[in-house]
Amino acid sequence: MRIRALTGLTALALLAGGCSLVGQEDDGAQGVKQTQVTLVTHESFDLPKDLVATFEKDTGYDLKISKLADAGTLTNQLVLTKDKPVGDVVFGIDNAFATRAIEEGVFSGYAPALPAGAEQYELPGDGDDALTPVDTGAVCVNVDSAWFRDQGVPEPQTLDDLTKPAYRDLFVVPAASTSSPGLAFLLATIGRYGEDWTGYWKRLVANGTKVVKGWTEAYFEDFTFSGGDRPIVVSYDSSPAFTLDKAGRKTSTRALLDGCFRQVEYAGVLKSGSTNTDGAHAVIDWLLSPEVQAALPGSMYVFPVAEDTTLPAEWAEFAKRPEKTEQVDPAEIAEKRKAWLEEWTDLTSR
Amino acid sequence: MLELSDVSVAFEGTRAVDGVDLRVADGDVLAVLGPSGCGKSTLLRAVAGLEPATGTIAWDGADLRGTPTHRRGFALMFQDGQLFDHLTVARNVGYAQRLRGLSRAAVRAEVGDLLDLVGLSGYAERLPRTLSGGERQRVALARSLAAKPRLLLLDEPLSALDAGLRVRLAADLRRILVESGTTALLVTHDQDEAFAVADRLAVMRAGRIVQEGPTAEVWAAPADPGTAAFLGYPHVLREDAAATLLRLAGRPPVPGAVVAVRASAVVAGPGEGQPATVRSFRLTPDGARLVVDVDGVGPLDGEGVPGWTAAPGERVAVRVDGGGVALLTPDASGS
Amino acid sequence: MSLDRTARRAAYVALAVVPVAVVAVFFVLPVGAMLHRGLWPEGRFAPGAVLDVLARPRTGRVLWFTLWTSTLATTLAVALGLPAAYVLHRLRFPGRAVVRAALLVPFVLPTVVVGLAVRELIAPSGILGFLGLDGTPAAIVAGLVFFNVAVVIRTVGVAWESLDRRPGEAAAALGASPWQVFRTVTFPALRPAVVSAASVVFLFCATAFGVVLVLGGVRYSSVETEIYLLTADLLDLPAAAALSLVQMLAVVVLLVVVGRLRAVPDPTVRRASAAPARPHLRDLPAVAVTAATLVAVALPVLALVVGSLRRDGHWTLDFYRALGGSADGLFEVSLAHALLASLRIAVDATWMSLLLGLAVAFLVTRRVRSRGGRRARAVLDGFFMLPLGVSAVTLGFGFLIALDSPPLDLRASPLLVPVAQALVALPIVVRTLVPVLAGIDDRQRQAAASLGAGPLRTLLTVDLAVVWRPVLAAAGFAFAVSLGEFGATSFIVRPAEPTLPVVIYRLLGHPGPLNHGSALAASVVLAALTAAVILVVERLRVPGTGAW
Repeated sequence: MRIRALTGLTALALLAGGCSLVGQEDDGAQGVKQTQVTLVTHESFDLPKDLVATFEKDTGYDLKISKLADAGTLTNQLVLTKDKPVGDVVFGIDNAFATRAIEEGVFSGYAPALPAGAEQYELPGDGDDALTPVDTGAVCVNVDSAWFRDQGVPEPQTLDDLTKPAYRDLFVVPAASTSSPGLAFLLATIGRYGEDWTGYWKRLVANGTKVVKGWTEAYFEDFTFSGGDRPIVVSYDSSPAFTLDKAGRKTSTRALLDGCFRQVEYAGVLKSGSTNTDGAHAVIDWLLSPEVQAALPGSMYVFPVAEDTTLPAEWAEFAKRPEKTEQVDPAEIAEKRKAWLEEWTDLTSR
Repeated sequence: MLELSDVSVAFEGTRAVDGVDLRVADGDVLAVLGPSGCGKSTLLRAVAGLEPATGTIAWDGADLRGTPTHRRGFALMFQDGQLFDHLTVARNVGYAQRLRGLSRAAVRAEVGDLLDLVGLSGYAERLPRTLSGGERQRVALARSLAAKPRLLLLDEPLSALDAGLRVRLAADLRRILVESGTTALLVTHDQDEAFAVADRLAVMRAGRIVQEGPTAEVWAAPADPGTAAFLGYPHVLREDAAATLLRLAGRPPVPGAVVAVRASAVVAGPGEGQPATVRSFRLTPDGARLVVDVDGVGPLDGEGVPGWTAAPGERVAVRVDGGGVALLTPDASGS
Repeated sequence: MSLDRTARRAAYVALAVVPVAVVAVFFVLPVGAMLHRGLWPEGRFAPGAVLDVLARPRTGRVLWFTLWTSTLATTLAVALGLPAAYVLHRLRFPGRAVVRAALLVPFVLPTVVVGLAVRELIAPSGILGFLGLDGTPAAIVAGLVFFNVAVVIRTVGVAWESLDRRPGEAAAALGASPWQVFRTVTFPALRPAVVSAASVVFLFCATAFGVVLVLGGVRYSSVETEIYLLTADLLDLPAAAALSLVQMLAVVVLLVVVGRLRAVPDPTVRRASAAPARPHLRDLPAVAVTAATLVAVALPVLALVVGSLRRDGHWTLDFYRALGGSADGLFEVSLAHALLASLRIAVDATWMSLLLGLAVAFLVTRRVRSRGGRRARAVLDGFFMLPLGVSAVTLGFGFLIALDSPPLDLRASPLLVPVAQALVALPIVVRTLVPVLAGIDDRQRQAAASLGAGPLRTLLTVDLAVVWRPVLAAAGFAFAVSLGEFGATSFIVRPAEPTLPVVIYRLLGHPGPLNHGSALAASVVLAALTAAVILVVERLRVPGTGAW
């Protein structure tokens, strides 16, 4: 029995040795000839593999994609590690966080040739060309049209409708403090109501609005389309393109185009002595290329900034985009975001 | 030869062992006898190198200070054996030999011999938890002997066992130690165990050795009343009572003598002898035990002649056997 | 002072240096760096900000919420765990080992999976959706109890199983009813274990991250999630530092108090393992509570399994098939790849935590003569429990800012994740090994030494001979903990080598029912794997040892 145990242990040790990561090389950013370029991004980042392969083949760079966290945390992580960044280039900073990162001196400037239509998404106040817009999307309230039809209740049309008794206990929002669309929706209400945004939120909470941690919970658990019990949810203007029937001819949800907030995702070069600047520029150029722009809707559920990109058929038909969105000055966001969030958290949590 | 001079062990201020001098010659078995808490086990552990001690502990003239336990060559056998529960009897016994790197066959042969010696042939593959208390101690003894120790240290090796087993095992232990020519230091609180196993006896009280010598000599002449009491002399007599007792025992008078007397030396019965009054009487399988108030001596524990009974208050005759009477060393008798 | 003792002391110090250095570099340094950023903003010491944070009404609410939910969850866990400990460790019935392992599973499940499982159950669409528990404090407390009841069962059960029956029988012979026997004899004997279990549970509850994050939604915030919010979302480092300090202080106080309460006069009592008895009629209440606990533990897991097998109202294996390939082309790594990465990391984390844990356990169980030595030992013991009391987000961010320059440029090292996980597993490894090592009668070692065995041989033939099974058991726990670790890992994991819990969490963050289903399926796989590991551990466990 002893011998068997010993044999077992030895086998286990050998197995463990084979599995161990000891002896593997660090994959540090300091490549010898700077043939490697590291793209830092959030965890929702996704692009088809063949596009990455094409980039590597065309430029000769070895592209390493480092998905760090969600969009808000990503910015804070970049700020915390600005002395020694964890990569060469970042993608996925959005307009709610961008100014903060710029003020902290996280980026070094780069002004690529923007595709047609992209200039309208440039960050206001970014005089040093720190950030380049790559994609955009609007955060809008979505309603489950099928549910309202079945219940014989008229669909809400405006943000104000959501505080009416007819829509009591029907609305679910992702938290502004922990989710990027949640923050965008908060900013939409701030843009709409100004100083009285707190009053609006008090009315929302009093009307039974449910706040959940993330967009996933809101959309996939509480939203009636996914089997939940709330037919009104904060989501994207593109979401209706994903609620098609089997034939793909009709969608059962609709984005409320009143009170949307435009999100723009930016890319930027990270400032450091060891940054592979050429590689970083190549990555930003690549993100703006027609191929990547065309892949954005299918891969990341966002609209490209290049206006002449062909959208997928169902997007063209079902993803209606708001003509007008609520505006909040990025500088004001940077300055007041923390205070707003604290106030918002106090309003919505106990 | 083990030599201790002025060995002391202190625990947080109190001295458990206090200036002990002792020697154990090669081939001797020395028993340190003392009541529990007298420091004898601590002394043993100090010799083994398990307690920090001051003074000198030397073997064959070489000071053992700084020599760790495992290099001393002193095997220690615990009161409860401390067998390794995860090893079989054979592997327990062969432990030290394997440490020495003996071949498998040699270990097996030697283990077999040792198990024969302790009377446990056929127990080789048993696990310790399946053994009785006596068997466990025999295994522990065999394991200690297998280390071929220069000195065997025995810490109350038999006291955890029941009375009958203790007597038999004590005799076995003596035989085994003599047959294997082992030098041993035994500590015990049980005088029978000490007498049965040891050549020499050291009596320890309150951290000090109060008397040391060949077993028979110590037994015949306890150093002081306390020692006498511990060695099984229930009564110590002085002055007139002592003189009367010496006379009754047929021993020459010694002026100022202090005399200790064992119960077995005082025999009461009908007929000839010193008159005495029975205080109490009780029968045991080995004969009568009684307390008699002997005229001119006072109360003594005694035994009755076989087949005879008496009631308290009855007048009887008492005879004293000189072999059970000890003369205490005069200079210590004042205490 | 003899040469020998000096040498031994030097050896002990050398043995202590390695774990202390590891904990210093991978724990004290990162956490210190985060505190430094918070307390010295702009390079100047500014404690005012800290006091300011503590005066906020919200901080008070968060502290109070943490306190009452943790207390309630601890009470419930003990109330449910005690009968179960009795049934599973003193009674004999078929399938006992399986039930034991099943009840242990929630504890080693990744917190993300626990949260997901409980949500599957109580979400409006879940089996218990009608109770309306979703997003209420009741859900959080339920999740915490689900997660921690295993700790009580295990710690108390192990003590119970080695409890000598005879004092209880003596009391019964003196006329005590079974309840009186329990109250006057059994419970007092178990109290150290109960106190120990309750304190550990309280600690786990008060520092719970994943469970509160997933179940609490955003309405309810505990100290831990508040630190996360302040650090990751608001970048309010002074506030985070303030709360971290409060948390650490509370944990240290708790550890000290528990250390006092748990102190046993003679830790080297021989364990008398009583044979488990056949269940009696009078055991019915305990059996009923255990069965209810089992159901309560099984339901969320069941919901998870069902969820992973149903798509659009049909039974399907689609989600499991998706594990092999990268789901919908969403990931550059397939789930199978992530599982492999998890396993490899777990192997490294296991041997690291074992080496460290063995060294620590060995040191803290040595007999020490001097009072100073004893104090040093106690401090050492507490030092290695500290990782239990520090927020994973503080540690994770701390890694990023403290280990960024040579000679400690370890951010990109493949060993960073295993080291972090090893630290998380360390307290459990130490707690598994210490009772066993402490239970070895020191005279066994002395007997070996007197037979000529040197210190190393003594270690090999006495300590190791007894401890190898618990070591394997500890290895199993470390492995399971590593497989499920999410908090710290999520911050430092190498993007190309995400572990399974990280992938599950990411899947949850992606739209698409296939991803949700795949997350459920991956959770089931992870749960099954950890359950299997725990089952093996159960087989290796020595009765009467292995409490935390």
